[in-house]
Amino acid sequence: MRLKLNGTDLEFQDGITVAGLLKNLEIEPAKVAVEVNLKIIKKQDYQEQILKDGDSIEIVNFVGGG
Amino acid sequence: MDFTEEQLQRYSRHIILPEVGGKGQKKISNAKVFIIGAGGLGCPVGYYLSAAGVGTIALIDNDNVELSNLQRQIAHSMKTLGMNKADSVKKTFEALNSDVNVIAIKDRINNKNILDLIKNYDIIVDGSDNFPTRYLINDACVMLKKPLVSGAILRFEGQVTTILPGEGPCYRCLFEDPPPPGLVPSCQEAGVLGVLPGVIGALQATEVLKLILGKGKPLIGQLLVYDALETNFRKVKIPKNPDCAICGKNPKIKELSDYSQEYCTL
Repeated sequence: MRLKLNGTDLEFQDGITVAGLLKNLEIEPAKVAVEVNLKIIKKQDYQEQILKDGDSIEIVNFVGGG
Repeated sequence: MDFTEEQLQRYSRHIILPEVGGKGQKKISNAKVFIIGAGGLGCPVGYYLSAAGVGTIALIDNDNVELSNLQRQIAHSMKTLGMNKADSVKKTFEALNSDVNVIAIKDRINNKNILDLIKNYDIIVDGSDNFPTRYLINDACVMLKKPLVSGAILRFEGQVTTILPGEGPCYRCLFEDPPPPGLVPSCQEAGVLGVLPGVIGALQATEVLKLILGKGKPLIGQLLVYDALETNFRKVKIPKNPDCAICGKNPKIKELSDYSQEYCTL
């Protein structure tokens, strides 16, 4: 299936969860916020939230420096 | 109060802009901006706002200028090494523009002093360097309904957003909880491209001026993410969280606590 990840279309396996996507991308879940179709996903829902074809996903890094 | 001949010259490129004009420049002269952190972001934000003629600029910082700061913190210099950073930038900004009343505060912002410190200012700028302070600033601004222009940098990535409490989402709507301590490194630990705070700070200063002038569309409900390596700007829409702990319908946070302690015990 096709997901729009940070504005770019990419192919992923069907039925992948948010947790699975982050694992696939080698991203530490605690270091990011994840938005699916303009909704922020709570960290505790990463395992259950299954992504669908055409979903738009934004992964935003925690950046704290000044 | 009318502009002096010197001020008309100094601000002529502003005054000639239909979006600014004499009226807008007057608004800029009357504005009071509070900048937290006189480091990578505070330097360019304060520098450009001083050049623009913002009437009152307060900066709070408890650190002293070190040689390793000068790679990016452009308002300090060899002459101010060892000096408190707020005092150091005050010298620089006043040398650029004596119209500006620069207030240097040699302290660390905390849950006890923040509300009193910022209450008389129009716009707050976050140029802090740690997460507990970022959450504290966000919560204080939501409580006082103060516009907040937030910027952050690390390595080659920068982020900017404008928070208008009551209108758009806040920092907690996007980042509900701080990351566990130690997981996200600081610039000291992970490095930062020296010019990056210049890009992000200039964007923050632009947001501040737009808010003062009431012109254009501020970055409300959007996080601008800059990737310096790819030269890519991406805008991420941020929804307001109705269950947000500070700006939601039934906020759980009723008063400010010492977030740095909570953070350490997470």
